[in-house]
Amino acid sequence: MSVDTKTVRKIARLARIGIKDEELEPMAKELNTILHFVEQLDAIDTRDVAPMTSAVEAKLPQRADVVTDGECAQDIVKNAPDHLDTFFTVPKVVE
Amino acid sequence: MSTKHPHEHNSRLIAGATGDWEIVLGLEVHCQVLSRAKLFSGASAAFGAEPNAHVSLVDAAMPGMLPVINGYCVEQAVRTGLGLKAQINLASTFDRKNYFYPDLPAGYQISQYKSPIVGEGEILIDLADGSSRRVGIERLHLEQDAGKSIHDQHPTLSLVDLNRAGVALMEIVSRPDMRSSEEAVAFVKKLRAILRYLGTCDGNMDQGSMRADVNVSVRRPGAPLGTRCEIKNVNSMRFIQQAIEYEARRQIDVLEEGGTIDQETRLFDARAGETRAMRSKEEAHDYRYFPDPDLLPLVLDQALVDSIAQSLPELPDAKKARFIEAYGLSPYDAGVLVAERESADFFESVATGRDAKLATTWVTVELFGVLNKEGKTLAESPVSAAALGQLIDLIADGTLSGRLAKDVFEIMVETGSDPAVIVEERGLRQVTDTGAIEAAVDAVLAANPDKVEAAKAKPQLAGWFVGQVMKATGGKANPATVNALLKAKLGL
Amino acid sequence: MAGLTDLTLAQARDGLLAKDFSATDLVKAHVEAVEAARALNAFIVETPQRALADAAASDARIAKGEARPLEGIPLGIKDLFCTKDVQTTAASNILKGFTPVYESSVTANLWRDGATMLGKLNLDEFAMGSSNETSAFGPVVNPWRRKGSDVKLVPGGSSGGSAAAVSAGLCLGATGTDTGGSIRQPAAFTGIVGLKPTYGRCSRWGIVAFASSLDQAGPMARTVRDTAILMRSMAGHDPKDSTSIDRPVPDYEKALGQSIKGMRVGIPKEYRLSGMSDEIEALWSQGIAWLKEAGAEIVEVSLPYTKDALPAYYIVAPAEASSNLARYDGVRFGQRVAGRDITELYEKTRAEGFGAEVRRRILIGTYVLSAGYYDAYYLKAQKVRALIAQDFATAFGKVDALLTPATPSAAFAMGEKSDDPIAMYLNDVFTVTVNLAGLPGLAVPAGLDAQGLPLGLQLIGRAFEEETLLKLGDVIEKAAGFTAKPQQWWRA
Repeated sequence: MSVDTKTVRKIARLARIGIKDEELEPMAKELNTILHFVEQLDAIDTRDVAPMTSAVEAKLPQRADVVTDGECAQDIVKNAPDHLDTFFTVPKVVE
Repeated sequence: MSTKHPHEHNSRLIAGATGDWEIVLGLEVHCQVLSRAKLFSGASAAFGAEPNAHVSLVDAAMPGMLPVINGYCVEQAVRTGLGLKAQINLASTFDRKNYFYPDLPAGYQISQYKSPIVGEGEILIDLADGSSRRVGIERLHLEQDAGKSIHDQHPTLSLVDLNRAGVALMEIVSRPDMRSSEEAVAFVKKLRAILRYLGTCDGNMDQGSMRADVNVSVRRPGAPLGTRCEIKNVNSMRFIQQAIEYEARRQIDVLEEGGTIDQETRLFDARAGETRAMRSKEEAHDYRYFPDPDLLPLVLDQALVDSIAQSLPELPDAKKARFIEAYGLSPYDAGVLVAERESADFFESVATGRDAKLATTWVTVELFGVLNKEGKTLAESPVSAAALGQLIDLIADGTLSGRLAKDVFEIMVETGSDPAVIVEERGLRQVTDTGAIEAAVDAVLAANPDKVEAAKAKPQLAGWFVGQVMKATGGKANPATVNALLKAKLGL
Repeated sequence: MAGLTDLTLAQARDGLLAKDFSATDLVKAHVEAVEAARALNAFIVETPQRALADAAASDARIAKGEARPLEGIPLGIKDLFCTKDVQTTAASNILKGFTPVYESSVTANLWRDGATMLGKLNLDEFAMGSSNETSAFGPVVNPWRRKGSDVKLVPGGSSGGSAAAVSAGLCLGATGTDTGGSIRQPAAFTGIVGLKPTYGRCSRWGIVAFASSLDQAGPMARTVRDTAILMRSMAGHDPKDSTSIDRPVPDYEKALGQSIKGMRVGIPKEYRLSGMSDEIEALWSQGIAWLKEAGAEIVEVSLPYTKDALPAYYIVAPAEASSNLARYDGVRFGQRVAGRDITELYEKTRAEGFGAEVRRRILIGTYVLSAGYYDAYYLKAQKVRALIAQDFATAFGKVDALLTPATPSAAFAMGEKSDDPIAMYLNDVFTVTVNLAGLPGLAVPAGLDAQGLPLGLQLIGRAFEEETLLKLGDVIEKAAGFTAKPQQWWRA
């Protein structure tokens, strides 16, 4: 599998990372080098292998239904590049 | 009560210019789980706080934060699945659904994709003509709700409030078994009733705790499924109906003019009464689902599922059937009463150990009539179930005639007092003493000889005497006795 | 007071308790050393005032006989751990200015035990790298130099700052994180000890996530004993991390000095790479001999899927990272680059905020998870991962630990491999297998190469058998008698 510049643009959009036109070709090359490297896995027969779902042998621990958090709106917006009172703000989104 | 199989429908086709069309509908209903805290964080799930006050560091997706699941939300999902007669999957996993939007702080939603907690089930929907039909449930899964972006409070900015972000949602997916807006609304109504009975969701659509994504497609009867459009976040029964009707008509118009339907995500604009394509969802989403590596597989004990099953309350369908059987209610009346658990419980409290017909009339006609007129809910009723029961007892033991009971009831509504107290204070006891009634009858007859003659000739006129006797006795004479005596004395 | 920075952590701890010197003096000496070593660029931010204030408090406690296990010990903290009110950057421009209001669980444990912080240590951006050349704050310089050369060498990565600081005597120990080798490889490159614990042994809460199913925090120090002491404080169950295992934390220090007679040590033949340097081969054989002499039984084992670990890692890690790094979007924290609309804001912020290696890995990760490729890449890699884990399980049926080289070479020069990502990735060839299987791994310095650069050996153990590794590491350390320290050329 290899990626062309069109695919690179598509992936970059999915990942919300801006990419200039002149960067597409070099990035495609870099990605293809890596993809080519990882493709050696194709040679392994994994038909009867169950994927490893977790590195730990355990069941999902569960919490009690108690409110233990929140009520700290000031802390929540403290590091925001921009906020209005305790709202976060972004350029207006049009739906 | 007839139960139609989903495919045995008849007149639910829409006539177009070039022939009939069938609408195919599937719903994905997002229901906020009733719980104190959120699904993966300890912040409050309660509605209505100051912006970002019910937000923990986990909800805000700060660096290094991790999810821990709320066991009660898991139980609520199991409870709901059992209420939908669905398969409970003892093993399920959580997946990340990746996309960017300001109200999704982590850039992914924790949901369940490949292995949901609940599998196939069904709901029986009740239609206006008294029939019922089965609508299949494909699955129910748990997922996080997103926050809210507010776009109309500022000229150039959207404001983001994450209070709702991370609240537990159950996404309930129907099979595409519905064929009309009526069926879709009936589906949502029944689902809402079940959830409220179970106490797993309050179903308050106006608060956003329940909202529907409606998938609409049209086709010629017997043809394969057409391309569907999804109308997102419809938050009232009325809008669901309107949106479906508009969208079906839109699609039919396009197809009849030889066009094709683009698979789109659309919004319902309530003010304009139409659906339109959503700008932000134009591009096809690739959600890149993969199992959330911060969470291990969810494994349920069969014992837990069994104990939840044993503690389920009687649900609307079963209660309706029992009301019809035990109280002789009509399916219509039973349906009205079980629509909300509170009214069913109210009725049952009044009807237990009493005459079912009386109970039915007093609850569904008299009390509900008053509540509707005054715009009050049952919870705001000035008359309690106990008081109403007492009133019926007073009728049954002869203390009150039907008519007197109505007077007493009016006073109960106004004052909130108990009927026995009212009867005592105002002496509204029914007069059953035949002697006293006879005396009153004789007095009226004696005072109106010309009318007596007229009534003897035209028996219908005897009713006037009844009215006079009732007036003379302050309305307390037993009407049956009055009638019998008059009949005898007038020789009718 | 210069001698104080030559002490091991254990010696400093004992010296403080014996009141040979004060915590204030100890910290002062280290603060001075940090200031003098800025040419190494090991620290992103220094926190001398906090360290000195803590030292004063520690002196008070020691005087009262209330010393905690790490009382007064100055440490460096990899800038991937969120530290309350102290800037945390993950060595990225996108987190410039971010000051957490919360403390990571691991560092909270260290402060609970009385340690103090000299500053936040440099690393590869978002822990992605094997040479600490991708930091937005500039590369870290290895304190070691080749004989007769002043060419700048890399300290390894991603915990390059941690390794350099410990190796140069700037702190008595440091925290690192290890996702594919990021503790063990830099430890080997700088002649110190580094332990990657079993997955789940240390909490990940509050550590900037790179690859959730692989990341583990761990101690880095100059001796095995020091490492054991730090490990005891760092480890422990955390209910805020769903992948954190609830098991008691042993007193790791007690494992040292115990006999290893009869212990079976496996030598995996697939770790003998063609073209491996003679010096590494020789060191490995030397390590085998040392263990044999101490009574261990040496067994050749096979881990057939070893060569597939790197490609599997370079699918799984970027995939998880692409999702974990979605939250860095300029909305709630960190740097924001303005945009006309939300999409432009995201795209510009992330393009400018993330460095080249991070962007590359996010794109690879996004691609391998995208529609149509999930099965071929991510699912495939998770299956190969299961095979690798199975390899280890089989081997650990025959042996109690494995001995392998830590790295394929000694530290290389800056810029030597930064143009070739694959050459860079090969640095991790001996270490990634361990992360994929979730097992513990210990790097121990074992000798110097011909150019006077440190070389390390790696011990791999069963899950939660860190004590076995420390025991064996202690034997190697004693046998190797590795006392070499880098010359402090930066003071010149």
